[in-house]
Amino acid sequence: MDEIFGIPAPLLFGQLLLGLINGAFYALLSLGLAVIFGMLNVINFTHGAQFMLGAFVAWMLLNWLGIGYWGALILAPLIVGAFGIILERLMIARLYKLDHLYGLLLTFGLGLIIEGLARNEFGSSGLPYRIPAELTGAWDLGFMFMPIYRGWVVIVAIVMCLATWLVIEKTKIGSYLRAATENPALVQAFGINVPRMMTLTYGAGVALAAFAGVLAAPIYSVNPQMGSNLIIIVFAVVVIGGMGSILGSVVTGFGLGVIEGLTKVFYPEASSTVIFVVMAIVLLARPAGLFGRA
Amino acid sequence: MLTERRTLLTGGAALAALPAIPMARAQANTLRIGVLTDISGTYRDPTGPGSVSCTEQAVAEFQGRGLNVEVLRADHQNRPDVGANIARQWFDQGVDAIVDVPTSSVALAINQIAREKNKVFLNSGAATSDLTGPACSPNTVHWTYDTYMLAKSTGGALTRSGGDSWFFITADYAFGHALQRDATSFIEAAGGRVAGSVRYPFPATTDFSSFMVQAQASRAKVLGLCNAGTDTLNTIKQAREFGLTSRMKIAGLLLSMAEVHTLGLDTAQGLVLTEPFYWNANDRTRAFTTRVRPRLSNGWPPTQIQAGCYAVTLHYLKAVADMGVAAAKASGTDAVARMKAMPTDDDAFGAGMIRPDGRKIHPTYLWEVKSPRESSGPWDYYKLAATTPAEEAFRPMAQGGCPLVRS
Repeated sequence: MDEIFGIPAPLLFGQLLLGLINGAFYALLSLGLAVIFGMLNVINFTHGAQFMLGAFVAWMLLNWLGIGYWGALILAPLIVGAFGIILERLMIARLYKLDHLYGLLLTFGLGLIIEGLARNEFGSSGLPYRIPAELTGAWDLGFMFMPIYRGWVVIVAIVMCLATWLVIEKTKIGSYLRAATENPALVQAFGINVPRMMTLTYGAGVALAAFAGVLAAPIYSVNPQMGSNLIIIVFAVVVIGGMGSILGSVVTGFGLGVIEGLTKVFYPEASSTVIFVVMAIVLLARPAGLFGRA
Repeated sequence: MLTERRTLLTGGAALAALPAIPMARAQANTLRIGVLTDISGTYRDPTGPGSVSCTEQAVAEFQGRGLNVEVLRADHQNRPDVGANIARQWFDQGVDAIVDVPTSSVALAINQIAREKNKVFLNSGAATSDLTGPACSPNTVHWTYDTYMLAKSTGGALTRSGGDSWFFITADYAFGHALQRDATSFIEAAGGRVAGSVRYPFPATTDFSSFMVQAQASRAKVLGLCNAGTDTLNTIKQAREFGLTSRMKIAGLLLSMAEVHTLGLDTAQGLVLTEPFYWNANDRTRAFTTRVRPRLSNGWPPTQIQAGCYAVTLHYLKAVADMGVAAAKASGTDAVARMKAMPTDDDAFGAGMIRPDGRKIHPTYLWEVKSPRESSGPWDYYKLAATTPAEEAFRPMAQGGCPLVRS
């Protein structure tokens, strides 16, 4: 059998594929963060908690109302997005004029509170959530077992990333948003309600996090700390991609998923560190990130 | 107005001073027990508030025998520095014994402080067998389980039943390493071999899919999990997703009722695990569960660690009653020595004893998780697969390297 660096080639391809799948989660989460930072200039540290809320709302819909995975995929992002809108109106909107640091501290605190409340209510070990019947099982690709659900995650994530990019780059609303980021006063002078646009953007970013949460519920355990485990990596992805760059966060998300996947084969102990090593190198070479504008 | 407020203030001051006088008198014969546990982190469910409730249960059952006991609680957040600070403060404020302390790194710190201050450390939640090995102390009792006993029971049983080649997924820190080391020695002793292993960064790992593919490629018969809590849950969930469960046996070396409950019987059925206490094991454990359950805020039956908090506190109280409160408060070493001299007996663990190295010994049980069809109701999760007698379940004293028992 052919080997690459002492690893059988089929095994390596399998790992690359898995890396892409993990990358899909990073891309989806960092996408929401990038949208919020790009438009609102807020570093949304509540993102992890909102990802976790997505998974919890999916569980509540199933167990309290009997609404299954497919319904949750649409409803949970709407519910959590609405919650995000309330947060933005009541608290975050008051900080736009201040330094980034205040927004960061506020959202970080909110994240801790939400996580703590969830732990108090549901305990720490988590709740069961099953893969929907239509997506259970696995394909035998010859070189590895590929669970159908993981394939679904990649496809949905790519579609979602593309859709978000299209909305922001190619539609009229997107052009308003981009204009408002550059010069809010001028856009407001044209009769566009900028504060409302900001609110909706925050809601959409939060909804993206919740959407990723629902996608994650069947494969990772639904527990209060599921978001905080992931959020640090996702922040690194956003920084590497260039703060606020949509394309940057998507490409970096998938790319880092692959790099992390390869590290898990050659030196698993370093698999969580490798992302930060990449981040340090990128920041040294290009302080604005790979796709960021300096 | 002014006089009125002043009267009020003096009145308030007098009120505040009132309880101080009986308190000062009570100090001398009041025993103070601090439950130091994980109230806000990953280990909250198997330990946490339930450990406090079980300790209070032991105190309540001991009421009316002339002992005044006060139970305190604190959250160590799974951090040795936080835990050590609380312990020092507690001991300086007259706390006589600290109970539970899950997370091995925190427990090792408390072990040292209790010895330094000549107080008592009643451990239930931490797993490292070093507490009765190189780090053993005359002030510590290690009650419920340890890494050696878990590895021997689960690892030994699976190897004997044909699982002679293993692949380990190990959390990259002291606890994971100890568990893998202990399990490997039993596997090799039973004629098996380790086909491969990976160490993953702890706690920052949620996706184990890469390791699933590596495990599959190793063609090992058993997937050994040297991790705990949420990590174990994620590994098992993903092993099932990647179809590993049809080709390999899964050995969760520190798997417990909390994880089985979260996985659901559908996913967990057929897994084997080791616990010295299971609420539905026999009449005595069921009786204990019925008594304590109203105190448990999450409505669960007690876990093995929580039951351990109950049992070790009960035995401590018996020793204190036997030797007198003043003597017990004066010397933690004497109190622990008395605990070792008395045979133990409680509803949760049955009859047993504490060895000179501080290790409590009792029979351990290998359980197999029932299928949903076999389960007769909520929390009916296990059927008994094997029993290891108390004398064989734990590491022989001579092999532990405990300085207290070197001849």
